Amino acid sequence: MTALLRTDGLVKAYGGVQALNGATIAVEAGTVAGLIGPNGSGKTTLFNVVTGYERPDAGEVWFGDRAITNLAPDKVFAAGIGRTFQLTRIFPRLTVLENMLIAAQGKDRPRNLLSWFGRDAWTHHRRHALELLEFVGIERHAGILAGSLSYGQRKLLELAYVLVADPAVILLDEPAGGVNPTLINHIADRIRQLNAEQGTTFLLVEHNMEFVMGLCSTITVLESGKDVVSGPPDIVRTDKRVLDAYLGADLEEEDPR
Amino acid sequence: MSESPGRQRALPDLAPVFKGGGLVALIAIAVAFPQVYTNPAVTNYGVFALIYVTAASGWNIFSGNTGYISLGQAVFYGSGAYAMGVAARDWNITGTMVFALLPLAMAVGAAIAVPFGLVALRVRRHTFIVITIAFFFIFQLMAFNFSWTGGSSGLSSPFLNWPAASYNTPFYYIAFAFAAGTIAIAWLVRRSRFGLQLRAIRDDEDRARGLGVRAMRVKLSAFVISGTITAGIGAVWFYYINQVEPQTGFDPLFDLTLVLMAFLGGYGSISGAVLGALIIEPLTLWLNAQPEFSSGSLSEILLGGIFLIVVLFMPRGIIPTSGELITRLRTRGRAAIAPATTIGPASGTAPTPSSVVSGGAQ
Amino acid sequence: MAQEILQEIIVGILVGGVYALMAVGLTLIFGVLDIINIAQGVLVILGAYLSYSLSTKAHIDLFVGLLITIPVMFIIGVVIHWAFIRRLRGTERTAMTLLVTYAVALIIEGVLYKIYGADDVSLSASYTGTSVHLFGFYLPWIYIYGFILAVALVALIYALLYRTRFGRSVRATMQDETAARLVGIDVNRVAALTFGIGVAVTAAGGMVFGATNAFNPNSGYDLISRLLAIIILGGLGSIGGALAASVFMITVESVVTIWSPDWAVVVFYVALVVVLLVKPTGFLGRKEVRAQ
Repeated sequence: MTALLRTDGLVKAYGGVQALNGATIAVEAGTVAGLIGPNGSGKTTLFNVVTGYERPDAGEVWFGDRAITNLAPDKVFAAGIGRTFQLTRIFPRLTVLENMLIAAQGKDRPRNLLSWFGRDAWTHHRRHALELLEFVGIERHAGILAGSLSYGQRKLLELAYVLVADPAVILLDEPAGGVNPTLINHIADRIRQLNAEQGTTFLLVEHNMEFVMGLCSTITVLESGKDVVSGPPDIVRTDKRVLDAYLGADLEEEDPR
Repeated sequence: MSESPGRQRALPDLAPVFKGGGLVALIAIAVAFPQVYTNPAVTNYGVFALIYVTAASGWNIFSGNTGYISLGQAVFYGSGAYAMGVAARDWNITGTMVFALLPLAMAVGAAIAVPFGLVALRVRRHTFIVITIAFFFIFQLMAFNFSWTGGSSGLSSPFLNWPAASYNTPFYYIAFAFAAGTIAIAWLVRRSRFGLQLRAIRDDEDRARGLGVRAMRVKLSAFVISGTITAGIGAVWFYYINQVEPQTGFDPLFDLTLVLMAFLGGYGSISGAVLGALIIEPLTLWLNAQPEFSSGSLSEILLGGIFLIVVLFMPRGIIPTSGELITRLRTRGRAAIAPATTIGPASGTAPTPSSVVSGGAQ
Repeated sequence: MAQEILQEIIVGILVGGVYALMAVGLTLIFGVLDIINIAQGVLVILGAYLSYSLSTKAHIDLFVGLLITIPVMFIIGVVIHWAFIRRLRGTERTAMTLLVTYAVALIIEGVLYKIYGADDVSLSASYTGTSVHLFGFYLPWIYIYGFILAVALVALIYALLYRTRFGRSVRATMQDETAARLVGIDVNRVAALTFGIGVAVTAAGGMVFGATNAFNPNSGYDLISRLLAIIILGGLGSIGGALAASVFMITVESVVTIWSPDWAVVVFYVALVVVLLVKPTGFLGRKEVRAQ
């Protein structure tokens, strides 16, 4: 069966740094897939290319049977692919709820001047937003400026964000990074829940091996911008090439983001 | 819900009733002002204060919400003034009919705002600021160079045969109408989806774009609204003081004064711009009227000093700073409450904040 | 006609070199501190007045006087940074720096009014009125000297930036302030010194400007507007860009002056708008970082 989301030979260079060098990955629908690799292997660049924040020098990105290679970020988002950012990009001077509403408003066009200025069209958006905030567990902070959230709470907000548009695929960039163990489990549970109940497909980039191995059904290893191994956790965990990729990477490249 | 003093709240901690009552009182005071203080010298302060309330609020609708600092509002102010002047002269309009030209002045403002915005809004931050300055100079220089703008002598408005004692009053109410209208628009924008998009752009334009916000369209709309308002009040100003010259209609100090006003009250907030204008404008007028200051140098030094004091000691503006002061005074006696960074279980029972202490990182 | 145009081009290049000096200071300040120093215009005028006083009261030659005015302006720059700029932080930093630098400009202007009055003055020396007749062109000596001075000082700045450890710190800070801090660079010190240097060059620029123009305390406005246009055109933070843009803009303006002096200044700003339409980052600018 063809994958829901796949890339084909992505190439991307920044100045002298080769970030992606023929990266080909595939994510089956309804799975929780993981993307791992040493620092500088191109994981975030791949995300950026898939979601339209960067344009590849060569290669293609496919979503179902649709080529989305050079699509702008908002088009990719509209197509049904959501993503979070490693350094949480929330709107600090808007409230948590307002942050959610911005994510929501992208989905429909105001029909007339009244809905442009009025708040009534928002009622169902607000309800949906509050539900999602409740789902991730931060709904009591809905009226707080997002800038004063703790780092862990921001990650949850980012997750809620992404869910607003009800995407088919969610790309998570280091969801467990810099977060305490309780929260990590909380996030893992939410991912499993969404995957089980709504069939949402996930692709996550992570350094936390325990998190990835415990959550993902397929793992792809990226090294120097190229996919090296792909398969279920047990296979990947013991593959020699993976060990080489992590331990053999003596040449420190700057993370080409 | 526990309240931690360190937390930023989105709204000030005032009961809506109090705010509503205060608003009515303010409007009543504003309306009654020229009836109570009939001395033209005093109402003059009122007229100028309201003109600048309008201009500052208009500036705020765009710059305060989007974070794009425009130093080109004078383009609209002067254009509105000149539009009215040229129309009155060429179409031989006199007396109170001249006020009918206000919509024309505003339309001119809107018409200029569109190409101006389309060019300027393609760049960010500092480049944007400088482009607005460039446009400002282009317009000022055009006013100097063209003959139909009266060149360096500028234009005079048609003579208005009103008695000196009550001359100011109608202008006061017109300016008040503009000010009230602008504040109403600013408020509508703020609570609307449109306003939310503007503020999202201010925080992270790229992310907003990525989420589907049509940034250019939204920015341009706010820019046009702002320009239209400023052009209108510029025309009012022109008719009030009866003349416009290139350096008064297009005054380099104008925009920076607006920035200061918006900043003084609290950058980005509606009441902030109003408060800033109400404080700065009468102060400036009064300073300029003092004999020692009319030579120019002392008023400049003083103005500069005011700028510095405001920015360095009240960086978040008067309203937020005094709000913080009040909060600090109020909570002086209470023990400090550690900010509860709680995360509840998903769609389950919400735990009481004080019992759960699972924090985020660091 | 062609002769006239060529004459204006050459003069434009010479004068452009001097503007480059002032613009380089401005763009350097931007590159390191991420602020637009509106006071730069009036600081040039201050430099001009300092040269004026030295020249008329102490009878020191204009160029020799630079040995005094440049260090003085450097110190003034460092003081301004220490007193006012250093502590500006936060989300509204752009608006704050606009207001603060404008305030400083107002204060300096007011002080200059008080001391020197509002009348036009200009700097004069034995060589300010004379020209050299070269290949059929009349080139005022002062412009030539000024150009040489500008070249020398810009070369000095380049050497400072690319040959010294301090220069390396400056360039590192320009590229990534956080990274610079992480490798142990004292970013505050770099900022203060860079501001000082950026202001110090206004002493030289001011002297030549004052020797070729009549000026008064109010002349700073026109000057800063041009300098801003120049550094944006050249690309914020790019010294080479500032050089190229200065020469380009001033030359265009000089040539247009042949046909219409009034409109030449407008052309100046229109040129800026047109170039930015095509390339929003200016000649040599990088994409503007959005971080506050």
